[in-house]
Amino acid sequence: MLNDIFIAPFVDMVEAPDFLMQVLWEGLVSGILYALIALGFVLIFRSSRIFNFAQGIMVVFAALTLVGLFAMGVPAWISVGLTLGVMFVLAVVIERVVLRPLVGQPDIILFMATIGITLFLIGFGETIFGGENKVMITEELGIPTGDTVLEPFGGLLILQHLDITVVIVATLLVAGLLAFLNYTQMGRAIRALGDDHQAALSVGISLQTIWVLVWFIAGIIALVTGIAWGARAGVSFALEVIAYKALPVLMLGGLESITGAIVGGLMIGILEKLFEIYWGQPLLGGNTETWFAFVLALIVLLFRPQGLFGERIIERV
Amino acid sequence: MLYRTAGQFKSSYVADQALFPVRQDAILLTIILIFGWVIFPMTASEFTFQTLLIPILIYALAAMGLNILTGFAGQLSLGTGAFMGVGAYACYKMVTLFPWMNPIIAILLSGVFSAGIGVVFGIPSLRIKGFYLAIATLAAQFFLVWLFEKWAWLYNYNASGAIQVPNLEMFGVFVSGPQAASVTEYYIVLFVVTLLTLLCINLTRGNLGRTWKATRDMDIAAELIGINLMKSKLTAFAVSSYVVGVAGALYVFMWKGAAEPNVFDIPLSFQVLFIAIIGGLGSIMGNYLGAILIVGLPVVLNVVAGTKVFEISAPSAILLVALIAAATFLFWVARNLWGVGAALGFGVVTLVYGYAQLQGFRIDSALIEHINVMIVGALIIFFLIIEPHGLNQLWRLIREKLIIWPFPH
Repeated sequence: MLNDIFIAPFVDMVEAPDFLMQVLWEGLVSGILYALIALGFVLIFRSSRIFNFAQGIMVVFAALTLVGLFAMGVPAWISVGLTLGVMFVLAVVIERVVLRPLVGQPDIILFMATIGITLFLIGFGETIFGGENKVMITEELGIPTGDTVLEPFGGLLILQHLDITVVIVATLLVAGLLAFLNYTQMGRAIRALGDDHQAALSVGISLQTIWVLVWFIAGIIALVTGIAWGARAGVSFALEVIAYKALPVLMLGGLESITGAIVGGLMIGILEKLFEIYWGQPLLGGNTETWFAFVLALIVLLFRPQGLFGERIIERV
Repeated sequence: MLYRTAGQFKSSYVADQALFPVRQDAILLTIILIFGWVIFPMTASEFTFQTLLIPILIYALAAMGLNILTGFAGQLSLGTGAFMGVGAYACYKMVTLFPWMNPIIAILLSGVFSAGIGVVFGIPSLRIKGFYLAIATLAAQFFLVWLFEKWAWLYNYNASGAIQVPNLEMFGVFVSGPQAASVTEYYIVLFVVTLLTLLCINLTRGNLGRTWKATRDMDIAAELIGINLMKSKLTAFAVSSYVVGVAGALYVFMWKGAAEPNVFDIPLSFQVLFIAIIGGLGSIMGNYLGAILIVGLPVVLNVVAGTKVFEISAPSAILLVALIAAATFLFWVARNLWGVGAALGFGVVTLVYGYAQLQGFRIDSALIEHINVMIVGALIIFFLIIEPHGLNQLWRLIREKLIIWPFPH
């Protein structure tokens, strides 16, 4: 028993390094996608203290809109542009209709409101585009679909071109986002709002504009994530489950930290794959991916209640 | 006018702190209880029992359990569904291992197991707070549902992986399972729910309830005035999980009849959370109002959309119009113009739709499902905007206005 838990999995890893690398690679790719969802979330949380549960559904909604527009006969790249437009309108509407009347309410009320948004978007998306599973328009967008086979240590390592593209695009997106936050006026305004609402307002930063902006950025991130996940798993509201995966990522990384979202996403993506393959399937009957990330994050939180990179919680009476 | 408190003098602290300091409240409750215990069971149809009465009571009970934890003790939890599952599975194991056991006792005991598990998952709350804790409770949610699926002993190794409620007898009457009559099930649910509601009302009014509220309002301050936070938080988790577990046992044994593990998945948790929040955090009555809205609304929407309301039965149309008129009036008394608008708007839409149906206009039933989800989402946002503190607060405002009605102040 102890052997099965503490020794055998590591022996397996060393004996088949190519398989281990394959597992790590797949963990890395899903980790990047978790990180992307968590990133959209962190941006909104930092600037408005809203725990945006709808981030996951925005991913699905964006992907659905894209596929739906294409199915209506709009050329692929134009539908990407139109989808971005839809996400912008969505950001404006959410800010105007939902957030503005609820400013200053307790956190849990705003959290509930985002769950309301989630339900609304599910119903709305299904009403307009239908509830059935759809195929992402991978080829029309010019995303490569083949694979490269490497042979390290005399074994096999299969890298899907799609996954490589996802890694590159995600890295570029994150780099662009960081540059935007650090070097443009708008980006600095977002960060200022994250640090202190009142101070930011007093130097003339418009809360409403910034909120629309962060929701729009979250929408862009959602679209990229939606294309990537959609290409791997098809587009349907079952994708919603990946939204839940972003939550332990946030918890692990800390709700306010952009670095935390990225590191947390990669860690969870890789560790949950390793655990599933080497411990979950042989010992626990598999499908441990549903809860492993949460339990891992819970254990980390017991030692660091604000997450790995979160702001230190200071309480005063 | 009907709610005038003039002449009701309190001459002692006991009278002032009574459960019903205003006599009309007691009368109102008596009327509701008479409806619940006598009139509904005598008049309700099978459809009403199964889609409205029984589920509303069960969901209200689950929301009450969650409300104790989230509304009274301030610990946000997203794992309610899984704790309902623990209650249901515990009850199933008990009635299959000890078939001689009285079903009501089994249901009441099953809560003890979920309370135990609730305390275990409540331990992190001593260190983790706020949204971090909410996500931590998701760990319980996903882990427990996974366990229901993988641990075959829990469902007695049957092939389907689901739990099937056997026929259970009590004093020669089938109370649960396929052969039980809806009325019997309804009475058992009502009995358990009434019992636990009474328990919760008194717990939250007493010493324990005040410790919870102090913890909720500011836990450090509570600690400084000498409240043992560990005791306060863990008792909240225990009591809450107990109530939720009993609700879960009722959910499967008195309503669904069978359950797969994924029934207890996260949508159930959210549904209960909606009820608690729409009803009003930190209230007992709000849970019932929330359950009536969240459980009742989809049924009403389905009935309105699926059948030709105005053609089939004039009484149902009259009832609908009367409900809308009552809601409009109450919103108007509370000076809540958004509410008046919504109630009237709903009425107009229903009338137009009913007329369109008479003319032969039809909507595809799958589309109605989608639109229903959309409407529920929109309504949640709408209710949060018009009254963030929930239906309970709305009722309190209405009641205050009714006391001084027809004067505005």
